[in-house]
Amino acid sequence: MSSYQIASLGRGLIRSSRLRSFVRGHGVLAAAGAVVAVVVLASVCAPLIAPYDPNAVDVMAVSQGRSAAHWLGTDDTGRDILSRLLYGARLSLLAPAAVVLIAGVLSSALAVSAAWLGGWWDRTVSALLDVVFGFPGLVLAVVAAAVFGAGLTVAVVALSVAYLPYIGRVVRNAALRECQLPYVSALRMLGMSGWRICLRHVVPNLLPIALVQVTMSFGYALLDVAAFSFIGLGTQPPTAEWGLMVANGTSGILAGRPEQSLYAGVAIVVFVIACNLIGNGLSTRLQGETR
Amino acid sequence: MADSLPPPALEVTGLRKTFGDFTAVDDVALTIAPGGSLAVVGESGSGKTTTARMIAGLEKPTAGTIRLNGRGRPGVNARTSERREFAREVQMVFQDPYASLDRHQKIGDCIAEVLTLHTDLRGPARAARTAELLEQVGLDERHAASLPRALSGGQRQRVAIARALAVQPRLLVLDEAVAALDVSVQAQILTLLQHIREQTSVAYLFITHDLGIVRHICDEIAVMRHGRVVESGAADTVLTDPQHPYTRKLLDSVPVPGWKPSRVLATADTVPSVPGTEASKGDAGNRP
Ligand SMILES: Nc1ncnc2c1ncn2[C@@H]1O[C@H](COP(=O)(O)OP(=O)(O)OP(=O)(O)O)[C@@H](O)[C@H]1O
Ligand SMILES: [Mg+2]
Repeated sequence: MSSYQIASLGRGLIRSSRLRSFVRGHGVLAAAGAVVAVVVLASVCAPLIAPYDPNAVDVMAVSQGRSAAHWLGTDDTGRDILSRLLYGARLSLLAPAAVVLIAGVLSSALAVSAAWLGGWWDRTVSALLDVVFGFPGLVLAVVAAAVFGAGLTVAVVALSVAYLPYIGRVVRNAALRECQLPYVSALRMLGMSGWRICLRHVVPNLLPIALVQVTMSFGYALLDVAAFSFIGLGTQPPTAEWGLMVANGTSGILAGRPEQSLYAGVAIVVFVIACNLIGNGLSTRLQGETR
Repeated sequence: MADSLPPPALEVTGLRKTFGDFTAVDDVALTIAPGGSLAVVGESGSGKTTTARMIAGLEKPTAGTIRLNGRGRPGVNARTSERREFAREVQMVFQDPYASLDRHQKIGDCIAEVLTLHTDLRGPARAARTAELLEQVGLDERHAASLPRALSGGQRQRVAIARALAVQPRLLVLDEAVAALDVSVQAQILTLLQHIREQTSVAYLFITHDLGIVRHICDEIAVMRHGRVVESGAADTVLTDPQHPYTRKLLDSVPVPGWKPSRVLATADTVPSVPGTEASKGDAGNRP
C-alpha cells in the first residue's frame, strides 16, 4: 500500500460527513488532542524511550517479526522499527509544521495587506493565490525538486508556497469582512496608522480563523511531506521518517512482511485524522463563538 | 465684521456621490453652526449614511466641497498625520454597537489608546482622564476592565461616544446611533448626548429615520429624499409646519410615542398612552 493510497484513504475518511457530525462532541476533540500530545511527546523523548539507535544496523536480526526484543520487529537491514518510528516522528512532524507556519505567516501577511490596501495589490494577491491553488502541492514540490534537487528543505519551501492559498484565501475573506467593520473606520478617523490598525486590531481578531486553517492544513501537509519522501525526493535514507519508512517497506510487502510500511502508514493516518478532528472541532467552536 | 464670525462647524455644498449609474447623494448642502445640532432625516436609502461617510472622510465624494471650521477635509487616502490632525474636527458614532468596538480590547484600553495617540497624557494621568471620559458617559472602572462582550448595546454605544469625545472633536456625526437600541435605552443615550452638548461645545450631525426623536436633540433639521435635501430649517418650524409634501408624509407616518405633533394631539385626544412615556409612568404610579 503506497502512502498515496493511504493519503486518499485518509482524505476520504475525513471528508465523510458522518465523521464530521461525530466531531461535534468534545470527547472526540479531547481524544484527538491526546493522540497529538502523546505522539509529540514521544518524538521529543525519543532518545529516552527508544530501545535502539534508529540507524543501528544489525545483520543478525534482519527482517524479524514482533518479538520481546523488537516490539514491532526489524526492517531489512535489522534496524528496530519502533525506534525508527519514534525518531521518525520528529522530521515527519517538524517538516509539515514548518510548512504550515511559513505558509500561515506569509499568507496572512499577504491576505491582510490585500484586504487593507485593496486595489491592484489585492488583485495581484488574489490572482497569485488562485494560480498557486491550481497546482497540487506535490506537483509543485516535484517541479522544485527537479530544479533545485531533492531534499527535505526544497520540499518544505515548495509546499509552503503550495499551501499559501489554503490559508490565504480564508484569511483574506475574513480580513475583508473585518476591515469593513465600523470599529476600523472609527480607528481610521481617530488618525491611527494603517500598520497599527492592522497589527494591533485586525490581525489579533483574525488569529483564531488563521489558526484553524493552519491546524487543518497541518494534516494534509504531513501527508504531502510523507508522500514526497515516499517517491524518493524528500528525506533521504538512512534518515528515519514515516514516508520514507513506508517506501522502504514496500519490498517487504510482497514477501509477506508488510510491518514497516503498515506501522508507518498507520502512524501517518492516525496523526492526520487527529489533526483534522482538532481543526474541525476548533472551527465549530469558533463559529459558535462569533454567532 | 463678517470676518470675526467663527466659520461654521460644518459647511457642505454641492455634495454628490454616484455609485455607477446610481446617484446616492445629489447636490446636498448642509451647514451647522459651531456647537449647533442638525438632524438629517429621511427614509431608508435616501443617502443619509453616504452623506455622513463623506463628511467623515470614509467615502470619496464624486463632487462638492466639505469644510469643517473653514478647513477643507483631507481625502479618503490622506496620510496618517493628516488624518490624525483632522481627527479633532470630526468624529463619528456608528449604528451597530456590536461592531463599533474591537472585541479583543478592554474598554479602558480602547480609550487610553486614543489618548496616547492624541495627548501627552501617560501613566496615572492618562488613567485618570480615561476614567473621567467613561464617567462622562455613565460608565465606571468595572466597565473599563471588561471586554465589549460583557457590555450591553447601550453601554457599548456609550463607549463609542467616549472614544470619540476623547479627541474633543468639534463635530460629532451620529449615524442612527440609537436605532439599534431599546426605546428606554434610546432615551438614556439621547439625554446623555444633550448633557454632553451642554458641557462641551461639540456640534452634532444627527442622522435618523426616526422623526420622533429629532426635537429632543436637534435645533435644525434637513429632510432627505432620493439623495436630495427637500426641506430644511429650524426643527420646530419644519416639524410643526412642514412645507414639502414628503415631509408631511414622513410626519404622518411617525408611529413612535416620544414625538407628538400638536395637531395629532388636538384631533385625537383619545390616543392611548404608551408605556415608557411620562403619562403612562404617571398612570402606573397612581394605580393601587
Ligand atoms: N458602496 C455602495 N455601492 C453601491 N450603492 C451604494 C453603496 N452605498 C450605498 N449605496 C446605495 O446608496 C443609496 C443610499 O444609501 P445610504 O446607506 O446612504 O442610505 P440611508 O439613507 O443611510 O439608508 P438607511 O436609513 O437604510 O441607513 C442606497 O440605495 C444604497 O443602496
Ligand atoms: Mg444609513
